[in-house]
Amino acid sequence: MKVAVITFPGSNCDQDCHRSVELAGGSPRFVWHRERSLGDAEAVIVPGGFAHGDYLRPGAIARFSPIMDAVIGFAREGGLVAGICNGFQVLCEAGLLPGALLRNRSLRFQSHDCRLRVERADTPYTRRYGEGQVIRMPLSHADGNYYADSATLAELEAAGRVVFRYCDPLGDVTREANPNGSLNHIAGIVNARGNVLGMMPHPDRAIEEVLGSVDGLALFESLVGTAVAATATARSEVA
Amino acid sequence: MTDDRRSPGNGTTQPAASANGEFPLPRPGDPPITPELVAEHGLSPGEYDRILRIMGREPTFTELGVFSAMWSEHCGYKNSKRLLRLLPTQAPWVIQGPGENAGVIDVGGGWALAFKIESHNHPSAVEPYQGAATGIGGILRDVFTMGARPVATLNSLHFGDLDRPRVRYLFSGVVKGIGDYGNCVGIPSTGGEVYFDKGYEDNPIVNAMCLGLMRREELIRGTAEGVGNTLMAVGARTGRDGIHGATFASEELSEGDDEASRPQVQVGDPFTEKLLLEASLELIASGHIVGIQDMGAAGLTSSGAEMAGRSGTGVVMDVARVPVREQGMTPYEILLSESQERMLVVAEAGREDAVREILEKWELEAETIGQVTATGTFRVLEDGVAVADIPALPLTRGCPTYERPGEESPEIRELRRTDISPHVRPPNGLESAFLAVVGSPNVASKQWVYEQYDTTVRANSIERPGGDAGVFRVPGTNRGVAATTDCNGRHTYLNPRQGAMGAVAEAARNVACTGAVPMAVTNCLNFGSPLKPHIRHQFREAVLGMRDACAYLETPVTGGNVSFYNETDGQAVYPTPVIGMVGVIDDVGAVVRHSFRDEGDAIFLLGTNRGELGGSEYLYAVHGIVAGEPPEVSLPAERSLQRCLLALAGLRLLGSAHDVASGGLAATLVESCLGRPRTGRAVGASVRLEDDLPDTALLFGEDHGRVVVSCGPEEEKRVCRIASQYGVPCARIGTVTNGESPLEIETRSSALRLDLDVLRDRYFGTISGIMSEAG
Repeated sequence: MKVAVITFPGSNCDQDCHRSVELAGGSPRFVWHRERSLGDAEAVIVPGGFAHGDYLRPGAIARFSPIMDAVIGFAREGGLVAGICNGFQVLCEAGLLPGALLRNRSLRFQSHDCRLRVERADTPYTRRYGEGQVIRMPLSHADGNYYADSATLAELEAAGRVVFRYCDPLGDVTREANPNGSLNHIAGIVNARGNVLGMMPHPDRAIEEVLGSVDGLALFESLVGTAVAATATARSEVA
Repeated sequence: MTDDRRSPGNGTTQPAASANGEFPLPRPGDPPITPELVAEHGLSPGEYDRILRIMGREPTFTELGVFSAMWSEHCGYKNSKRLLRLLPTQAPWVIQGPGENAGVIDVGGGWALAFKIESHNHPSAVEPYQGAATGIGGILRDVFTMGARPVATLNSLHFGDLDRPRVRYLFSGVVKGIGDYGNCVGIPSTGGEVYFDKGYEDNPIVNAMCLGLMRREELIRGTAEGVGNTLMAVGARTGRDGIHGATFASEELSEGDDEASRPQVQVGDPFTEKLLLEASLELIASGHIVGIQDMGAAGLTSSGAEMAGRSGTGVVMDVARVPVREQGMTPYEILLSESQERMLVVAEAGREDAVREILEKWELEAETIGQVTATGTFRVLEDGVAVADIPALPLTRGCPTYERPGEESPEIRELRRTDISPHVRPPNGLESAFLAVVGSPNVASKQWVYEQYDTTVRANSIERPGGDAGVFRVPGTNRGVAATTDCNGRHTYLNPRQGAMGAVAEAARNVACTGAVPMAVTNCLNFGSPLKPHIRHQFREAVLGMRDACAYLETPVTGGNVSFYNETDGQAVYPTPVIGMVGVIDDVGAVVRHSFRDEGDAIFLLGTNRGELGGSEYLYAVHGIVAGEPPEVSLPAERSLQRCLLALAGLRLLGSAHDVASGGLAATLVESCLGRPRTGRAVGASVRLEDDLPDTALLFGEDHGRVVVSCGPEEEKRVCRIASQYGVPCARIGTVTNGESPLEIETRSSALRLDLDVLRDRYFGTISGIMSEAG
């Protein structure tokens, strides 16, 4: 599968996402933010970083980068678009996902591992996880505190659009396990149609045992959608 | 450190006439050159005489400013250069030693590692957030101007005691400044140290280290080669910020300086830095340029003059062509501005448009401001009119150097000779002392700090902060680089030579604990005023200690930075020669972690307990004193220990390895049991120490040359055999138990039973507790 990785001037997880797609058996390609077309991409990843410095509000300026019209059009047609960390913030600013990411409850940047409970294992991004599975990966952000008005939140919950929630090692969703104060302990959501994902933690940093966790790889494998056997072959080739 | 192989002859008297013969004349509005003005520029009468000899005439105001910056302590190393020559700098793996933007070593597989450490103490004392942020910015530029992509940062921070509100303000501001800058640029922080002691009350030490990787052939140097090539100013515009920052860094602070000094502190813009980083690496790869240098301390002056000085050419530049942020800036201001995120680039003649095109992609400006000449002079025009014309070599290499005799302070000598034996008995019992040491901010986890730094971006962080040394992977390979920073200021204060040796030994030991071979050192020497004999004594002793240890452990010094005048109202910081050590491991899969692994694993102590309590955390945390003879370093024992560790790690025999340092065996055992916060799995241990030493000396002594390792029961005999082959004492001191069991320590006279939850609270909770409660 051909995956476009959008690169803003301040993206700094573009290479990690590129590598993750590669390890999962897909064909990644960087697309510079000033381009206007996604070419023949079959999926899009908006990576983490500080797209345009984020001195105003994370993602507020990225939303106006030339490539975003193409990304929005692609998503509206049902194309797969995943925003990770800063990418999640950009997708919210672009109106592809509801709500906003506020400053962390601690008011500090936070970078550490977290655990997530997979709430939905039937999205294009999570089909290689089991429902209720507890996974571990790093997070790294100052503004990850998910907020939406109560009607939106109720809608998200009713439609089962919360894909990941922060949890403790046993899978219990607790205040202590929530690193940033996000409402309903939300770590990741999808849009109504289920084709656009936004999440704050970094599956792209949990793709190899030597990094401490491989729990993020399944997300890219789900996205790439290749058969398990084919993926295994591709991985051995990459390695 | 400045390369000194091309010193100019003494008493240079050639007149400074430029190629086309015009001498610069004073500009309208320039103040007359008076002895007072010379003194305000930090130049002594003797130094001014030398300037007169070099110039063969009176300098203009602009030229005086240029000399003042280039001959400041910060740029000219006038009080350190002679001693620094004593440091070993050579090894077959050293590609670039001192004198460039950063040192470079060969790390195998065709890869080269550029690395350097630098201080930003003075700006951080005045404005902690921006001071620390711009410190990170500067050190990143030093590395990527060598052609290397920055892949990791570390820092060494020393503050006063956290019970002071001002210290908490400095501490939180510095940490946030480092985090916000590095996080935005997207460089993972992989480690470092944070230290608290009243010796740093008003003068925090803020040292930032950066490591970058490149293919060997991508190395580029900061030279202005090729007469006729084009000088281009690249990146941010030049403003009035930071004028004379280099001279500022070469003075003591005094009460009330906070406000008055603010204009000398620069403001960082990490997003522009990120653009500059990408653009610079693309420029270097393009082959359009022959040299590149950060406009760091002393800005356009030092970058222009140093590039000309290194290549033996000259430069001419017109300040009217430099893109500026504000109107009406004088040549003096433009030349000495320290506005951040700027580069001076030497482009191949005729390729200026290609350079501009790359910069435009990254939304940056590049302006032609001058040319490389054959005149050997640093010549500056303003709209075509000469305003400065100075011989480049004497300007960059001719700064007078001093080596005045030093003398130890009698007060410090007394402290060192203090009989500490009355303090060996803990006033409130052993367990209370144990918890006080484990919960002292120096020993306690720095989680509150490093969780504000992005530690995992770029998905190559193998060992994150919190262990002995950070380890990151060379992208696309299995090779790893380990790095750490170390300096126990209290030890160096009491005995600068042993303290500095200890800093090198500990840094190398930390790197070896991960299984990486210690390779080379960058240092940052933070001291008080070199005008004082006892500071000169400290500096000299520390350099000698460093020399001995670096030579013996075969870890040459490839560069670094000297920061003098770390004083407020006459009170100097502890002498703090921070060591940044790098090492290499062939397979990151073999990296050894610091925490105990499996229940039933055997625990060994490699090395000898001598119970040295002088200058220990125990004396400070429990008795409130800084006294005694600090631990002595045995270099042969240290080398054997490290070789033994590398052999054990290479054979993959170890479950864990963790060195003994601040807080002694007590701290090492607690850290090995607790592992990492959040996702780590704590285990208990049952330990018995047979040495015939007082309990406090045994548990809290900071004797060098010791490491606690663990291994599976089936490997026990091999570990012992290998240790004895290396002549390293190896004692089986205990067994790893499970997460429900306590840490039990039995000595000849006492038995401690420490609940893991209590230890966890103390170790992980101390600093976050202080910072959240006190605000």
